[in-house]
Order: sequence, then C-alpha cells, then structure tokens
Amino acid sequence: MFEKDRWKEILEVLTSNWFRTVLTAFGVFWGILILIILLAAGKGLENGIKSDFGDIATNTMFMWTRSTTKPYKGLPKGRRFRFKLEDVESIRDNFKNLRFVSPRNQLGGFGGANNVIRGLNAGAYNVYGDYPEIINQDPMTITEGRFINHSDINEKRKIAIIGEGVKTGLYKKEEEVIGSYIKIQGVSFLVVGTYEKKSNNGDGEEGQKEIYVPFTSFSQAFNRADNVGWMAITANDGSSISDLKEGIVALVKEKRKVHPKDKRAVGHFDLYEQYNRVESLFGAMRFIAYFVGVLVLLSGIIGVSNIMLIVVKERTKEIGIRRALGEKPWSIKLQILMESIFLTITSGMAGITVGALFIYGINMVLEMNGPVDMFLNPSVSLGVVVSALLILVFSGLLAGFIPAQSAIKTRPIDAIRTE
Amino acid sequence: MIEIKDLHKSYKMGSNSLHVLKGINFSVEEGELVAIMGSSGSGKSTLLNILGMLDELDEGSYDLDGVPIKNLNETKAANYRNKFLGFVFQSFNLINYKSAMENVALPLYYQKVGRKERQEKALKYLEQVGLKEWATHLPNELSGGQKQRVAIARAMAAEPKVLLADEPTGALDSKTSYEVMDLIQKINDQGNTILLVTHEPDIADMCKRIVHLKDGVIIEDKKVDQVRAAQYV
Repeated sequence: MFEKDRWKEILEVLTSNWFRTVLTAFGVFWGILILIILLAAGKGLENGIKSDFGDIATNTMFMWTRSTTKPYKGLPKGRRFRFKLEDVESIRDNFKNLRFVSPRNQLGGFGGANNVIRGLNAGAYNVYGDYPEIINQDPMTITEGRFINHSDINEKRKIAIIGEGVKTGLYKKEEEVIGSYIKIQGVSFLVVGTYEKKSNNGDGEEGQKEIYVPFTSFSQAFNRADNVGWMAITANDGSSISDLKEGIVALVKEKRKVHPKDKRAVGHFDLYEQYNRVESLFGAMRFIAYFVGVLVLLSGIIGVSNIMLIVVKERTKEIGIRRALGEKPWSIKLQILMESIFLTITSGMAGITVGALFIYGINMVLEMNGPVDMFLNPSVSLGVVVSALLILVFSGLLAGFIPAQSAIKTRPIDAIRTE
Repeated sequence: MIEIKDLHKSYKMGSNSLHVLKGINFSVEEGELVAIMGSSGSGKSTLLNILGMLDELDEGSYDLDGVPIKNLNETKAANYRNKFLGFVFQSFNLINYKSAMENVALPLYYQKVGRKERQEKALKYLEQVGLKEWATHLPNELSGGQKQRVAIARAMAAEPKVLLADEPTGALDSKTSYEVMDLIQKINDQGNTILLVTHEPDIADMCKRIVHLKDGVIIEDKKVDQVRAAQYV
C-alpha cells in the first residue's frame, strides 16, 4: 500500500495538471486556514477574558446579610442582622467539602468619607478585617513585607497590609512604608506589608485601595463583637460551590432565625456560576468556529471530489486497460482514494502551517504593541491540530469515495473502448 | 487449452435484443496460432472479449486450461486475466505517461513481482521485440509499429497461457503489419498459444488455422499452410 510505485503514480497523476491541482488544493487549504484562525481567535478572546479573572479561586461564593423581608418566629420583617462567628464554625462542621471559609468585616466602601489618616494625608479606603486564608480566595501579590498570619489573629495584633494605591495616597515616593503607623478611624495600626492585585475586572484601581487587618483586631478595634458581615467560601476542587450554595444559605438562615423562604435576607454571589457562564460562552464560540470552519472546508472537499471525478473520467480508458492487464478493482479504488487523501492532507498541512505562521505573526504584533484589552495569546493546541488532521483524512476519504466508486463502475470492456 | 461449447451471447439494445453469438463450438490446442475472421458484426470481437473475460457469456461453457470460466466476480476475473491472458489491442492502449519499460512491467506489478525483477523482465521482453534502446521513451515518442511491439512485449511479460490480439495490425501500414506479424509468429514458434482477430486475408494467411465467423456462427474452420511474414520484411 505504501510502496514506492504507488506514490510515484500518485505524484504523476497530480502533477500532470499542475494548475488544476493547485486550484483544487487551495479550496482545502483555505478551509483549514479559516478553521485554524477562527479557533485561535476564539482562544485569544478566551485567554484575554480569563486573565481578567486572574488567579481568583473560581470555585468560590460570597455571602452577606441584608434586612429580612418576612416575619419569622416572632421576629418582625425589616429586621437587620449579622452572621456570627459560630455560623462560620457550623458551616465548617456541616460541609466537609469546603476548602476555605473566610469571614470578613468591613469599613468604608464606595464613596465613603475619609477614614484613614497618616500625618497630614487622609483618604477613603476599604478596610477589611480578614483571616489569612483570604489571600488564596482573592489572590494578591505581596510586594513588600508580609500578609496577615495566624499569630496576628490569635494575639489580635494591630497591623495592616495596605495596597499600592493606598501607599501612593498616603506616602511620599521615597518614604519607607513598613514600620510606619496609619490611623483607621482613630485607631493606630502598624503597616507590615504592601500588596498589588492582578485581577482587574472593571475596578482595577479600586482593588489597590484596600487595607487588610486581622479579623480579631478589627472586631475589637471597631466594636464588632462576634458579628460577621461577609463570608468568602471556597469549595474543594472536586465539588462545585454552586451545588453547596443552597445548603449553606439555608443553614445560616436557620441559625439567624430567618424565614426559610426569605430570598432577600442573605445576599450571595456565586463566582463559579459566573465563570461557568463565561465557559459555556467560549464553548459556544468554539462550536461556531468549528461549524464555520468545517463548512468552509466542506466546500474545499467538494472541490476535491469534483476534480477526482474529472480525473477518473479522463482516465476511464487507462483504468480499463489496467483492469484488462489484471489490476484488481480494490487496487484501483485504493489508488483514487489515496490520491484524494494525499491531496487533502498536503493542502491541509499547508493550511495548518500558514495558519500557525499567521498566529505567530499576530502574537509578535501583540507583544510589540503591548497588551490589548480582552485579547491575549491566540493559539491552537496540539489537540486542535490533531483533530484538524483527522478531519482532513476523513474528508479525503469522503472526497475520494464517490470517484473511486465510479472508477470501477464501468466495465473494462466499455472503458477500453472510450476515446 | 481453450474449450468452448455451445456459446451464446446476446446484447440488449433498448427493447430489441441482438443475438450476436449463436452457439459456437470451438477449441484451441496449445501452441496454435488461430486467426478469427469475419466481416464487421459477425461477432468476432465479442468472441474474443468473452475469451478474454472482458465480457460474460449467456449460455454454454468456456474452459481455459482446464479451469471453468463462469460466474466470475471482478476481482477473480482480474486475477485470471493477469495470470492466463495477454492482450494486444488495435489501438495499442499503452499508458501515455509511463515509459515503454514501465508499460511492459505493469502486468508484473499486478502480480506483485518485486521492483528490480520487474525491470529486468521488462527489459528482457523489450529486447525480444527489438526495442531495448527505447525503454525509457514515452509512447508518444514511438512509431505505431513500435507501440504495437511494446504492447506485445507487455502482453508477453506476464507469461500468459494465451495471447489474445484484437486486430493487432488494424492501425498499421502493410510493412509494419508484416513486422508485427513476424514478431507474433516468432512468439508462436516458442510454443505460445495465440488467437488473433483480423479481417485482412493476408494477415490471416500468416496464421496456422483460420476460423470464419458469419452472423454469429462458425462457417469455416480450417488449417492452413502458414505464410512466413519474414519474407516480406
């Protein structure tokens, strides 16, 4: 099957009419090129948007309290309430698949008044009382010093980790930050670290203007007792937070004496669901890329099939002679199929190569001109290339099948007589 | 070698059926050189096609070297053609983009003979027909007589039991025709069985036996004294 003579013959046939062969090959070349470029563009968009998610643990939900809207167990509606520290414990006890449960209390917020003072400078910043685990759920890079640790929590140390945005707001450029003190609502905290956040989903500026202090120190300094305002809950990799969400919310509702059907009392946001929505969007995009690409490829394949039919027609007499000399029908079929597959694969490979070069070029341009919003590193994986090749082999077979069939349909005696 | 009994063949032409061969009884011994003669429409080409397994018979029986030829599928027919038969056509039917040698080697390729042996054998047969120097030439660089000699070499290359020639001299002038007949006679002298269809009496006279066909039946079957073609060359 792979002997030299057969290949020689394939080349002889395909090169006997160069122009026609190249034109035919172009159809397949074009189809696979479009497929590759569409997939790469989709991947680029996907990479761009996913990089906006940063390293945030996506299997995470956030949960906070609002006022109740239903009376329950003698309590009126419109009641304001807080989570308690014991809720955190009971969530941990009841749900074993959770990786982190981080309670948080918060000062300030969007458009708040100045709440942090250092010397003559003042600013309005979000101040969070947090546990050390929060750095895994809302990742940040410590640019100097350190983050909160468990000793800070246990000893209720008054320390603070400030964002790069806070640093530029409160300090002069050359000033040493670590070891200095800032006053948060009149309480002094020692700055032990600075951070920078990568994630920039719309509020990149805002993300750098936060101050982290230990949860326990925060509660003590600002009189929060055992109240908890907000929680970030991350599930283990094996289980989805979206599945656990209902149970967790129901548990805290029960603990806080909230009507089980009160939908507004506990606010929550499921990052995983959002992430999945984006994922499925990309899934749809990939599908469209394949769909359009394969359809374009199909027109190329029809071209190949057409030309193979013409080639077979032209060679009717020759095929008749060969059969008179004793060539078996399957051998003729194989010959036609191999010509077709060879043509599709060669032109397809050329398409893949040019597509790869094109992607390489785009990447170079992107690198030279700096990052573009929502588009990053367009690429196709090896898997895509392999499946493209499989599609090509299959198409070649498809394109050659009808011509091969028609090649042996004519009886040799009639074939020899055709002029 | 060939044994035909009560052979019938008819073709459907629209609603009419055309009865071409109407009961042929005919046998050929090994080493014979038989001319099948007849005017056009007498059924001589149909007979040759059936002998060559290019066409199927309707009724009767056909044995080739003791093997009954019937109900062949295409693969089996191709196999028998390759092993038992060599074809020479009026219009040569060489493959245009292959050199003389490659054309001669083709039947050997279908017998899965190795590349090297194939080339050696092809050259040997080309030498027999006096065209060794032309081995690498394409058919369109050869004259009609040379083409037919390449075709004969190709037919002989597979060492068939029977050589079937359909008007081998039909497209050639008389001088070239005699050259080709000389070659055919020489091949016959080596003991090969040859059947040829012709309508030229002088060509038929160069065979050892003449079978006359008319309207689908044999009207005459006689042995003749062979005229050697060499004397005209």
